Parts: sequence; C-alpha cells; structure tokens
Amino acid sequence: MSAQVCAVGEAVRLVLGLVVLGWGAAALDAGLGGARRGAGGPLRGAGGAGWWEVVRGAAGVPLGEVARLVTQRRRRTLVPDALLVRTGIVALLLAALLAAVVLPVGEAPVLDTSVGIVWFNAMEVCVWGALWLVGWGVNSVYPLIGGYRFLVQGLSYELPHMFALITVALGAGSLRIADVVAAQRELWFVVWMPVAFVVYLISAAAMAFWGPLGQPLGRDVAGGVPAELAGADRLLFTIGRYALLVVVAAAAVPLFLGGGAGPVLAGWAWAAIKTVAVLCVLVLVKHRVPAVRMDRFTEFAWVVLIPLALVQTLVVGIVVLP
Amino acid sequence: MSVAFWVLAVLAVASGVAVFVVDSMARATFALLASLLAVGGTLLLVDLHYVGVLVILMMVMEMLVMAVFMIMYMMNPGGLTPMKMVHNPRGAALIAGAVFVLLAAGVFLAPWPERKGRPPADPTRALGLSIMGPKMLVMMVIGVAILATMISTVVLATHRGRYDR
Repeated sequence: MSAQVCAVGEAVRLVLGLVVLGWGAAALDAGLGGARRGAGGPLRGAGGAGWWEVVRGAAGVPLGEVARLVTQRRRRTLVPDALLVRTGIVALLLAALLAAVVLPVGEAPVLDTSVGIVWFNAMEVCVWGALWLVGWGVNSVYPLIGGYRFLVQGLSYELPHMFALITVALGAGSLRIADVVAAQRELWFVVWMPVAFVVYLISAAAMAFWGPLGQPLGRDVAGGVPAELAGADRLLFTIGRYALLVVVAAAAVPLFLGGGAGPVLAGWAWAAIKTVAVLCVLVLVKHRVPAVRMDRFTEFAWVVLIPLALVQTLVVGIVVLP
Repeated sequence: MSVAFWVLAVLAVASGVAVFVVDSMARATFALLASLLAVGGTLLLVDLHYVGVLVILMMVMEMLVMAVFMIMYMMNPGGLTPMKMVHNPRGAALIAGAVFVLLAAGVFLAPWPERKGRPPADPTRALGLSIMGPKMLVMMVIGVAILATMISTVVLATHRGRYDR
C-alpha cells in the first residue's frame, strides 16, 4: 500500500514538474524572442522597461497563449482524417508522459523497470508516429511536408541517439535507469563520455523538433505539422511539444549528469536544477543557431555522428571490460 | 493478468482485421501498428520486458519507414484518396482460409514438448549471452548486412547522391 502511495506521490510530482518546467521553457523562449525582436515583440515597452517587466511579460506569454487557444474555434480542413489527427495529437502528449515515467524525479521513478533506457527510447520514437499522423491527417500540403521532414529527421538522429544510450547502458552495466544513476556516484558519465553526451543533446533537440532541428515546424512550410491546427487541437499539440522538450532535457540528468546527486539540497531539487540547466541550453541554442536542412543533417548524422558515437562506445567498452 | 491477455489478444486480432477493412493506406498502416503493439504488450505480460519493449520500439519505427515507402510507390500520391486495401478478394480469402486451417490444425495436432528447466532469473541477460555467445557470427553478419543495405538504399535514392557536392 505504501509503495502505491509513494508511486502516486512520484506521479504527481512528475506532472507538476513537467507543467512548471514546460511553462518556464515557453516563457524563456518568448522572452528571448521578444528581446531579439526589440520593441515590436510581445514584450513591448522597450526603453523604460526594466528586467522585472521583461520577466513578468515573458512569464505571461504562455498563459496568454493558453487563454487564446482555449477560446479559439477549431479549424476544419477539407476532408480531414479526424480520427488520425486526434490520435496523433494525443499520442504526442502521451509519448512524452510515458517516456517520463521511467525518469527518477526524486528517489525512484514512477515505473522502475529493468529496461528503462529501452522504454524511454521506444516511447520517444512514438513521436514519429504522432507527428506523421497529424501532418498527414489534416489533408493539407505543408503539414504533410512537415510530417515527412520529421520522419527524415527521425531516421537521421535515431542511430547516433541509440548508440549514445547504448554507451550509457554499457558504462553502467544495466538498462535500469536507477542503476545508471548509481553508477555515476564516483564520476558523472558526462565527464568520461563527453561525445555521447553531445550526441545525446543534438538528438534531444532533434526528437523534440526544437531549435535548429525544428524544421518539421519550419517557417518555410508555413509552420509545418501543426499549420492547420487551431483551438483545443493546437493547445494540446503545443502542450505535448513542450512536455516532450522538458522530458528529453530531464532524461539527460539521470543518463549523464549524475541524477539527483549533489551536496546539501535534496535529490529532487538537484534533478530540477540540472534539468533547468539543460533546458536553458536547448532554448538558448534555438535562438543562437540557424536552422539545419534535413538532407544535410542526415549526412552529418550518419557520416560524422555515428562513427563518433561508435568510437565512444568502444572506449567505454574497453574501460568497463574487466 | 488473463484479463490483460485477452484484451491484448482481441485488440491484436481486431486491428489485424481492420488493416483489410479500412479504405486508407494511413489507417491500414496504423491499424497494423496497433496490432503489433498489442503483440508487444503480450510479451510484456510474460515478463519478457526487453523483447516486449524492443518489439514496440522496432514496430513503431518500421511502420513509419513503411509510411515513407508508401508515398514513394503509391499510384495516388501519398495514399491521400480512399482506396481498397485488398486485391483479388476471392483468391486471397481462399488462400488465407486454407493457411489458417493448416496452422490451426498444426496447433492441435503437433506433439508439443514438455517444459524443461525453468525461466531464467533475468531473461534480458540470457538473451544477451545467447546472442553474444553461440549466435555471435550470425548476428554480426546480419547486422552488417542490414546497415549496408540501409545506407546504400538511401545513397541510391537521394538526389544529392555521392557526386553532388
């Protein structure tokens, strides 16, 4: 019974964390975008505006967007496959949540399975299906292009990403995420698997279709996959997207950054601080790095990232051999 | 446990049937995916966690790769218009029925062996030892062959192949 209560507590904490961090990421994104656009952005009032006004304005942007989408009407395209679109929208959020259940927020994850790393990978791949379904189902050309772009991106990032995960599992000698965290008590994996960590960060941006790898939602295809979504549909899609972003950032913490380990503060606090740090890096990268073309990314991923990741796996393999 | 099994079994068969009933390539693809995910779920029920999750992972990727091929080879672009999912319905029904009867008869007529030994404490580890031990050569050859096929297919398919820089 107490185990169940514990799991419910963990689940509540997980959802709360996702909401707060997703909101924070969206606010930071809006703040950086506003700062770049200057007085014309959503955070107008330049000149006299202090940093407090900027922060307050940015924090309000996601709330305003939620209020706008809640009251907006759904858009209906000509002969859409509504079942598939809805399935895709729900699957995006569901995949993010299901990927999150194996991540330890405090002491133990909600679902402590012996194959946590593979589970995380499987749930995150479901995003391919979600985006393709939305892109295909609305029966509109730009979302369709966006959906197929994401498939290309998926095929490109997935192999290096898997090798990065395999390297982590090899270093820990286990696929259980709790064991991975325990194996980093002496030395964080980021220190002796830096290449795997960088590969993970690139693939994290790719699987959350974020920043330079956000071309499935690119401006050149009128917003791509969710271009035809409005109202509640778009709201759910956006929530799913930010949830996914938070989850891929949060997964870097137990995999590479020692999980909840740290002095003075509690485990969950350290996990949150490290997740926020990774999130900030991802959001900053979005505003600093130009968009990457899909075919070039495929080539880079297969010709550069896969061999690099393999060499990293080899090095880790030699280290753990005895 | 048995409730979960029957739910998954009915889901697997029903979505398998749906593959041939629906009138769109996309729905057929995802009905097949739902069927295979239910099969992955049954593997999880017998505590084959690694194989079960791996089936889910691989089937999702496989079906989405199929969606790529769908748009490459369909006569109506991307399967955007409704179409029938069966060709030669009468012949197909006959063949499928005959195969089903044959397999079902096999289930009842085959002398099933008695169970020997016990399930290993950690099936994932046992699987890994088997693959990396006696089946090592086969797995290495298959692995390299699959990787080479994938890369050469993409190189041949892309406009910007190896000469366009």
